[in-house]
Amino acid sequence: MARLIVMGGGVAGHTTATFAKKWLGSEHEVVVVTPNANWNWIPSNIWVGVGQMKKEDVVFPLAPVYEKAGIDYRQAKAVSIHPEGKEGSDKQFITIEYTGQGKEGQTEELEYDYLVNATGPKLNFDATPGLGDGNGQIGPYTVSVCTADHAVHANSELRRIFEKAKTEKLKILVGTGHGMCTCQGAAFEYIFNIEHEAKKAGVRDNLEIKWISNEAFLGDFGMGGLHMKVGGYVVSSKLFAESLYAERGVDWILGAHVNKVEEGKVHYEQLDGTMGEEEFDFAMLIPPFAGVGLKAYAKDGSDITDTIFAPNGFMKVDADYTPKPYEEWKASDWPRKYQNPTYSNMFAAGIAFAPPHIISKPAKSPNGTPINPTPPRTGMPSGIIGKAVAESVCSLIKDGDNGHIHEISMAEMGAACVASAGKGVFDGTAAAMTVYPVVPDFEKYPGTGRDTDYTFGEIGLAGHWIKHILHYLFIYKAKLKPGWTLIPE
Amino acid sequence: MKEEEVNFGKSDKFNLTMIPGKFARFLRTCVIWQFIRFLVINVKMIIVVGKSH
Repeated sequence: MARLIVMGGGVAGHTTATFAKKWLGSEHEVVVVTPNANWNWIPSNIWVGVGQMKKEDVVFPLAPVYEKAGIDYRQAKAVSIHPEGKEGSDKQFITIEYTGQGKEGQTEELEYDYLVNATGPKLNFDATPGLGDGNGQIGPYTVSVCTADHAVHANSELRRIFEKAKTEKLKILVGTGHGMCTCQGAAFEYIFNIEHEAKKAGVRDNLEIKWISNEAFLGDFGMGGLHMKVGGYVVSSKLFAESLYAERGVDWILGAHVNKVEEGKVHYEQLDGTMGEEEFDFAMLIPPFAGVGLKAYAKDGSDITDTIFAPNGFMKVDADYTPKPYEEWKASDWPRKYQNPTYSNMFAAGIAFAPPHIISKPAKSPNGTPINPTPPRTGMPSGIIGKAVAESVCSLIKDGDNGHIHEISMAEMGAACVASAGKGVFDGTAAAMTVYPVVPDFEKYPGTGRDTDYTFGEIGLAGHWIKHILHYLFIYKAKLKPGWTLIPE
Repeated sequence: MKEEEVNFGKSDKFNLTMIPGKFARFLRTCVIWQFIRFLVINVKMIIVVGKSH
């Protein structure tokens, strides 16, 4: 019997673990180690953040689902990896520290034959002074929608602002809280949902709503923007994003690295080197992501964290990490197997793998501050990579050295993305987009880097319906209800 | 002044963009048109999803 340990129970980890268990059956063991008691459909957190959904609508307990699936669930955080075993034993293991199941604070060693790192990101609030509390948690001046609990808090603060806005003019600021953030899409959704709710509450005229982002242009979304065919033209997402912001009366600050947050004020540096300040009454700023801080040790106890992980804490896989200028970046730099080059029984999926470089064009201010979005690896790509890794591990377990490593690159996969701009069965809207491929391939698609036959976007009620249906569909799938394997990632 | 023209005057940034007119905005929430778009978008997304697996 072989044992697969999946560290992380988010989109990538849950997908890997559930498919692996289905394919491996009871002959082999699948263990999930995650500090969370609940699974969270994160894309719907923005609706919790504006009071259109409750926390209970976007989370469900993991324990009964894993019990039904026959997966060994450990509510614990992974602390360290020992890929060579330890003195007196060659058996690889990880150390975990329980966060629930009545064993809080207890540590344990878990041996493995195969290990998948799908730990997702650490929300690195403390990278920006004042954005965090100094202890790794969100600070007191801003809100977040990164977790369901954050979103609940964001909504309570937003309702307070809406109440005050009945009698006075106030300012709302939404965007990214650091020059190296990703997930602009979540902030994009949140700002337009706030605008939509403000109209419904009758307080829009008293609210100045402003966007602040590390993107060099609106519509970059960490993917360098996208081009699509509309009305006989091939046009940049920049035009459509600017159009939406102008239509909804949302001003913007771009190329901004927020370097300090105080009560009611952010300080930022822009790509041209200028420093600025922006006051706010309510601010939702996405933090930068980092690896979760796993350590790795060799058999003799020496620290080999740098061998396994990139400096940002994400796990090295089969990508080309050679530093090179933007002009020399290629689609082939991106990983295909998600397999650690040093320890072949170790994989990474979703946000946890270290990308070879960013996707957007890199940019620095004259002061040397890098200000550019980092690559998105959430949602559909996370699920697809998680499933591919499960296929690889299952094949290796069943067929040994003859096992087939499943290959899929973000430069060959597309992504469907639906960004809400307001919730409502008849008055809601969302931008429905697809990109193909996620990482542009300028050798295959000279010009835009993508296939414009399969890259498109439009805003409307239909997009909202799709997003709302996907909410129920993916939670249904994650609960492993009948037919769950038929729903694509 | 037409509704779609109001925001052009609010800032130089807004002035250099395109803002949808009354008919384009009507279509965005027109249930019949959006039902057709719902079908079209789903087909397009299924194709992209299919190419990615």
